[in-house]
Amino acid sequence: MRAAESLDRVRVLNSEEMEHTVRRIAYEILDKYGDRSMAFVGIHTRGVVFADRVYQVVSEKNSCLSKGTLDITLYRDDQDNLGAAAAVKSSAIPFDVQGSFIILFDDVLYTGRTVRAAIDELIDYGRPARIELAVLIDRGNRELPICPNYTGRYVRTEARERVRVRFRETDSEDAVYLLREGAEE
Amino acid sequence: MRKPRKTRMTRKDLLDIETLSLDEIHLILETAKPFKELFTRSVKKVPPLKGKTVLQLFYEPSTRTRTSFEIAAKRLSADVANFAVAQSSVVKGESILDTVATLQSMKSDFIVIRHSVAGVPELIARNTTASVINAGDGFHAHPTQALLDAYTLREIFPDLAGKKVLIVGDILHSRVARSTSRCLHRLGMNVAVFGAGTLIPSTLPPHLSVFSCFEEALRWEPDVVYLLRLQLERQKANFFPSMREYHHSFGVTRERYRDIVSRGIYVMHPGPVNRGVELIDEVMDYERCLINQQVENGIAVRMAVLYLLNLSVQEKAPDLAPALV
Repeated sequence: MRAAESLDRVRVLNSEEMEHTVRRIAYEILDKYGDRSMAFVGIHTRGVVFADRVYQVVSEKNSCLSKGTLDITLYRDDQDNLGAAAAVKSSAIPFDVQGSFIILFDDVLYTGRTVRAAIDELIDYGRPARIELAVLIDRGNRELPICPNYTGRYVRTEARERVRVRFRETDSEDAVYLLREGAEE
Repeated sequence: MRKPRKTRMTRKDLLDIETLSLDEIHLILETAKPFKELFTRSVKKVPPLKGKTVLQLFYEPSTRTRTSFEIAAKRLSADVANFAVAQSSVVKGESILDTVATLQSMKSDFIVIRHSVAGVPELIARNTTASVINAGDGFHAHPTQALLDAYTLREIFPDLAGKKVLIVGDILHSRVARSTSRCLHRLGMNVAVFGAGTLIPSTLPPHLSVFSCFEEALRWEPDVVYLLRLQLERQKANFFPSMREYHHSFGVTRERYRDIVSRGIYVMHPGPVNRGVELIDEVMDYERCLINQQVENGIAVRMAVLYLLNLSVQEKAPDLAPALV
């Protein structure tokens, strides 16, 4: 299914496929929970955009939907080796986490460490009744026992490869690429 | 407001405002914002300094700065130990460098120090691998106070360029005046000072204007009046006749308070306030009095400093270690 662009950059999803994937996840959530009260929380930076996209579809049929964003920098388990990831951004959780039903959104699920950090941070706001996880791309190679409830596309990858999700809002196009080792962004 | 280009600092210690780059000042102020947002959560603690030790070494009395650093460190999950100097071996005659060698053996990651002699934090910084934060040394510097003042003002004026601040009081003995005026000047503010002739240094940096009368200074239309504490404990000579006299000439009296309110001027003070000396009681309830915000922001700014120094130390650690022995 992969449309080869060059040897070291492969497109995994184009704009249409991305749109389709977002809608499919939105309908999965609606099928499962209907108009139940829920909160979508996006993990900075592209998880926020992904959550917004799904929110737009789900909120047409569900009026009890809240939205929040999470910056997990302070909760990372690699504080000794943060590099450019060190910039702390704001988290905005404008609803009461205590007893709430939360779906976490991130663009790429890889080692699972980001999701672990996000869960820890959410629990510092209160005790949610349930947390689920939606990812656009699952690239495997988990280092923690974490499994998504909603997956856009599973892509088998190796550690030396990179997955780049690009959104119009942040990167001027809608696409997902798999980059080989040493490939230009 | 310009955004900092860097996401981390490249220094081990925070000793004064002068050695910070403008980028680093912006970075600290930007980083303090998400930390302040934590204060509204039910759990205000975050994990990035887990397992790190902060040692507080206060050779001069301080309640608020020490407590502020302690809360900041604890909210970052660091462990805090207070080295109470009055009860320690310092009174038994141990030299500062011997004390530092002792602290070095205790493997603390940060040393927060206040001392009555200018330059002691720097001396300590050169002799330890720990990150040293100056919490006030003599008449020299109090950088975290300057940063929290800048942060507090930026909450009100997103762009400080061209805004005017009048610093009133004992300029001569004040490390707060020195650090805060430099920091605000570097962020583009116009800074003026006013105080008793005996309490103004004989040589002032050229960017500072000096007023000789409070009324005249208020006609300059400052956006902020920054009142310094009258530091009675520091004045060995008689710089002015009496507290009443000081209040009359250099304090916010009833008439001046009316003037400040009608002009909508903000009021700041590093604390603790001597009521009836620097200002009358009513000022404390004035809606544009920022004293309580300064205290709250102090914690956020100190969290930002600890967090950023922690990242920068880790970057530098390998080449620092051998230099010590």
